[in-house]
Amino acid sequence: MALKRKSLRRRILTVDLPMLAILTFTLGPYLWMFLTSITPEKRLFTEGPSIAGATIENYTRLFRTVGFAENLLDSFIVASGTVVVGLSLSVTAAYSFSRFSFRGRRVLMMQFLLINMFPLVLLILPLFVLMRILGLLDSHLALIIANSTIAIPFSVWMMTSYMNGIPRSLDEAAMTDGCTRLGAMLRIVLPLCLPGIIATGIYIFITAWNEYLYALTLGGRNVRTITVAVQTLIGEYEVQWGLLTAGGIVGAMPATVLFLLVQKRLISGLTQGAVKG
Amino acid sequence: MSATDPSRNDTPMRPVRRSLARQVLPYAMLSPAVLVTLAIVFLPMLQTAWMSLHEYVLFRPKNFDFIGLDNFRAVLADDVFWISLRHTLIWIGVTVPAQLLLGLVTALLLNQNFPWRPLARALIIIPWALPSVVIALMWAWIYDSNYGVMNDFLLRLGIIQSSIPWLADPDTALGAIMLTLTWQGFPFFSVMILAGLQAIPKSYYEAASIDGASTWRQFRHITLPGISGVLVTAVLLRVIWVANSFDVIFVMTGGGPGYATYTLPLYAFIKARTNLDFGYGSALAVTFTILLMIIVVIYLRRTGKALR
Repeated sequence: MALKRKSLRRRILTVDLPMLAILTFTLGPYLWMFLTSITPEKRLFTEGPSIAGATIENYTRLFRTVGFAENLLDSFIVASGTVVVGLSLSVTAAYSFSRFSFRGRRVLMMQFLLINMFPLVLLILPLFVLMRILGLLDSHLALIIANSTIAIPFSVWMMTSYMNGIPRSLDEAAMTDGCTRLGAMLRIVLPLCLPGIIATGIYIFITAWNEYLYALTLGGRNVRTITVAVQTLIGEYEVQWGLLTAGGIVGAMPATVLFLLVQKRLISGLTQGAVKG
Repeated sequence: MSATDPSRNDTPMRPVRRSLARQVLPYAMLSPAVLVTLAIVFLPMLQTAWMSLHEYVLFRPKNFDFIGLDNFRAVLADDVFWISLRHTLIWIGVTVPAQLLLGLVTALLLNQNFPWRPLARALIIIPWALPSVVIALMWAWIYDSNYGVMNDFLLRLGIIQSSIPWLADPDTALGAIMLTLTWQGFPFFSVMILAGLQAIPKSYYEAASIDGASTWRQFRHITLPGISGVLVTAVLLRVIWVANSFDVIFVMTGGGPGYATYTLPLYAFIKARTNLDFGYGSALAVTFTILLMIIVVIYLRRTGKALR
């Protein structure tokens, strides 16, 4: 009994307390931002952020006067569009990588990996020139295309890894029963890796939602995503930290919630390759 | 490698006449993704390379004169380029090890048994999910010279005597942003390393403790070798990612004060965005990419081996 109590104290000292310290560092800035956002503007600079007298005035102002709702809609359209493009284009590619071996397979797979390593700044300049020529600047389509440069390779890799987890014998059984290749893919493999596809889709959504530099360069007056709107707030309402932090909380909310929902599956997919390699 | 053997997937019962279709099928299924990435990634990249050989300023769109390698010569003679390169190296050299160390400690802790482990594991990744702009915003608030909690905290502890304008002082700005990026990036390391830790069989540790090995020796001889593969992969990925990312800097300081927080991709972006000098901006981007490719090639060779 005494031994047990001693080991519990040791655990608290060596595990719980350090973990708590790291979590404080991790969550502190976020909680501080939240606390600032619910503090009335007048009291913020006299007494500092506090939970007493909490208010939602910053949030109502954000939607009434700044027009955050439109920005949220723009972000939603761009992120959803990117999910549709990213997933639909990569499903067959992932199936091909996962099920066939053919000349050039490795080179093509590496090509998709390589794309994600190129500096964004290398792409952003020509894409701007291209969108200008096509007259697509300041449109949702331009941002969807730009975000797809990241989304397509990412989802090809993720879905290949999920499909690799589904035994080939299932396809073969379906084909012996008279299914075509495409039939086997659509009816057997896709439903089985649906959770993986959803997780990939959600990750693409988060990435596109959080994206800032493309949105800044290719967007404009008509299409202003939430990240650009938050950044514009910083410029316009420089010292109104209550309003700014409320904007930060709202802008981060969808991505944070989605990430927490799918983190388990997502992380297993993301780390699989790394652990093997 | 089996890529040269197209019959591997064929069941022997399949008729021969379908084999041609089968050879084409993989490529046909790949074509949508490959063609689209060619159009929106590889062609634009070639265009960047092409633009870098021209004098091309956006407000004089008629002038698109071929000037060969002049832009690159100018890059090498450009003081700001060397400043930015130095900052990029410091930026990677400090941020990645800091993320790695903090991530390793976190992963080791998360690998222990304690009742609230699932909660801790879920919460630790929050910085990863946040948009860079929001991260920049909240840290700018923390660093605020008048009302920021950083100054308040350090003043109360007596570590500093007077408020420091963290982001406006050229001596502290880069360090302040590196702390922000460490905060943003360490959860990635902890998640990757944790996955590596959990792949080490428990029996190794049991055998070692029967033999009387100390915790440190167990860490040194079982844990470290066990996660070395993950560590190298994660570090390479992170070096590439940290080198590329400049959105947090752009929002927090825009490169300033002066050139105090310029990194190479940021410099290329500002050249093109503010000065509209797309020719020179492209040359900077291409130069940066060539430097980065050294690390990318190392990473790809590792992953390529794993694909075999």
